[in-house]
Amino acid sequence: METIINQIFAGASLASILLMVALGLAIIYGAMGVINLAHGEFVMLGAYVTWALQSFLGMGLLAALPIVFVTIAAIGWGVERSIVQRLYRRPLDTILATWGIGIVLQQLVRMGIGPESRFIAGPGILSGNTSFGNVVLSNYRIFVLVFAIGVFVATWALLAKTEFGRKLRAVIQNREISECYGIRAEKVYALTFAYGAGLAGLAGALISPLVNTTPSMGTYLVVDAFLVVVVGGVGSIFGTAVASGIVGETTAFFSMLLNDTVGRIGVLVAIIFFIRFRPQGLLPQIVRR
Amino acid sequence: MKRRSFLTRLGAASTLGAIGGLSAPAILTGTGRAWAQSGEIPVGLLFSLTGEVAVVERTLHDAAQLAIEEINAAGGINDRLLKVHVEDPASDPATYADRARRLFIRDNCVSVFGSYTSASRQAVLPVVEQRKGLYWYPTLYEGRECSRNIMYGGAVPNQQQQEFVPWLVKNFGGKFYLLGNNYVYPKEENNVCKMLLGQLGGEVLHEEYVPLGHSDFSSVINRIRATGPSVIFSTLVGDSDVAFARQYHAAGFDPEKMPVASLTRSEVEVAAIGGEAAAGHLSSAPYYMGYQSPENERFVEAYKARYGADQVTHFVSEAAYFQVYQFKAALEKLDPAAVTAEAIRDAAVGVTLKAPQGEILVDPNLHTHLWPKIARWKSDGQAEILVQSAERIAPEPYWAYPGETCTGEGLVRG
Repeated sequence: METIINQIFAGASLASILLMVALGLAIIYGAMGVINLAHGEFVMLGAYVTWALQSFLGMGLLAALPIVFVTIAAIGWGVERSIVQRLYRRPLDTILATWGIGIVLQQLVRMGIGPESRFIAGPGILSGNTSFGNVVLSNYRIFVLVFAIGVFVATWALLAKTEFGRKLRAVIQNREISECYGIRAEKVYALTFAYGAGLAGLAGALISPLVNTTPSMGTYLVVDAFLVVVVGGVGSIFGTAVASGIVGETTAFFSMLLNDTVGRIGVLVAIIFFIRFRPQGLLPQIVRR
Repeated sequence: MKRRSFLTRLGAASTLGAIGGLSAPAILTGTGRAWAQSGEIPVGLLFSLTGEVAVVERTLHDAAQLAIEEINAAGGINDRLLKVHVEDPASDPATYADRARRLFIRDNCVSVFGSYTSASRQAVLPVVEQRKGLYWYPTLYEGRECSRNIMYGGAVPNQQQQEFVPWLVKNFGGKFYLLGNNYVYPKEENNVCKMLLGQLGGEVLHEEYVPLGHSDFSSVINRIRATGPSVIFSTLVGDSDVAFARQYHAAGFDPEKMPVASLTRSEVEVAAIGGEAAAGHLSSAPYYMGYQSPENERFVEAYKARYGADQVTHFVSEAAYFQVYQFKAALEKLDPAAVTAEAIRDAAVGVTLKAPQGEILVDPNLHTHLWPKIARWKSDGQAEILVQSAERIAPEPYWAYPGETCTGEGLVRG
């Protein structure tokens, strides 16, 4: 029984990390139709900004989070303004362009900061575990879980309750007509891209105490995030949340039953079958086009 | 059949060309000795400076480069300086093969130093055997290879394990949890470990492989908690090792009772893991940065002076460094006019050398006799050596495979 509860928590923790990485991707993809293959590199940059703040300014991870968000959002804004905005009418080219941006960012970090892995300390107040008998939950993982849910709620509120969200939804539905109503679509796009990048940066900062911080750390993460977005349904943040929960728990379940390698294969096969029979994903966005 | 006759005719045509005194073959034979006349000895460095493997290979490149600079500063080998040709294979095995070809053919290198991963070494292997070159490979690896054109400077499984596993069983108990990445190296090491455990009466509680780059170990940690082993025997590499170590520490396990015993963890990984999480866990390797010997003090000092005080040396970069000196020792035995890669190889056999880890010897099977050491990591990121092997340990790349032996004549069966 304890093993099962431990494993359910492991799945939830994995899901929270997936959600953090995938949310930004889902927003950018859903809003702009841009498949951002540089997303993993934004995650990586988030971890490196955290590292820089920690080792040069002595700033703790929690205090660094807002700065990381703003910095990576600014980088995302710059990338959108300089490159991505020129390609909105050529969606396939954005794949190539963002892939290239990813390679360039990775190699810039490798040359500028160095290829070696970096150490980022986790927050001291969140070290240790909370245990009930044999059920042992890591405090930091609980924090990441709560934080991810918080970010999800904030994102939902941003899209559903604010003027910016209303404008964004209008632009998603029909760019030309919303421009007729005086919405500056390109500004909305730039801010959306920046927000998605900022979320990726936050994800990078949050996972840095759990993993190895290297220039290539984003490559693996972005693959999982794409799976989540595809399963969830394009453009739906609720779909993304549900899908990350499902992918996380399924991975944990297969890993417990068999092992991580087979677990991974199991999840991929399950996703292939799922997409075969429901290509639009779990909760596709309903948009009149 | 048509294809064959075409090829025969092509062959005949080129032979005719050669007889006719065309210049192309003349250039080819001429450049074969070009370096002997120019007074410089061309060597290649084939370590990735870009891409994922650059994390480690940059340090190997730096260590080999340092040795070359030292040799040149001291006047070279037999009064000839080493001329370095650097290629960056960008972490891609196919590019390794391509760049190796370039180094051997275009640059006429008599030796190339390179590779960290087995995948890249195996990509270079057919090239170096075909070109009759010599490839110096500094990494510990899984054994089961016996090329006559590769000089293996790192440990093979028996060198790391034959003292380590009995010591672990004696001090912590025989219930092992085998954890590695899913590729050939961890599986071969675990075969050796299982063989030793069988002899010692230990048992394997669980054997598990995670994908390369895997970074979420919650499931593994839950399983470790449920099975309660006495030792976690780890062959995780790179990112996975760092992620596992951090999450293992965060899960609150006590290294005094259940240590992670790693064959792959070096100062590089420990720097990324952080001293606090790495402290108390164990490693077996021939070299640690903190090992006390005059040669090592000189090596570490020179390395830091050249590349920065925050840099670390580790068991693979040490081998990348001493292999250049093995190359030098071999070349010094040869007549400068008659240097070929194969002559260098034959001269290298039996060379002894004071390396930072101790006095090492090149075996006729081209692997190296090394000094394995069991160490415990400290919170300052350095290792404290607990057991130094009493004697130099001979390399046996086919230890777990009775009936197969790697000898000076290549692989012998039976």
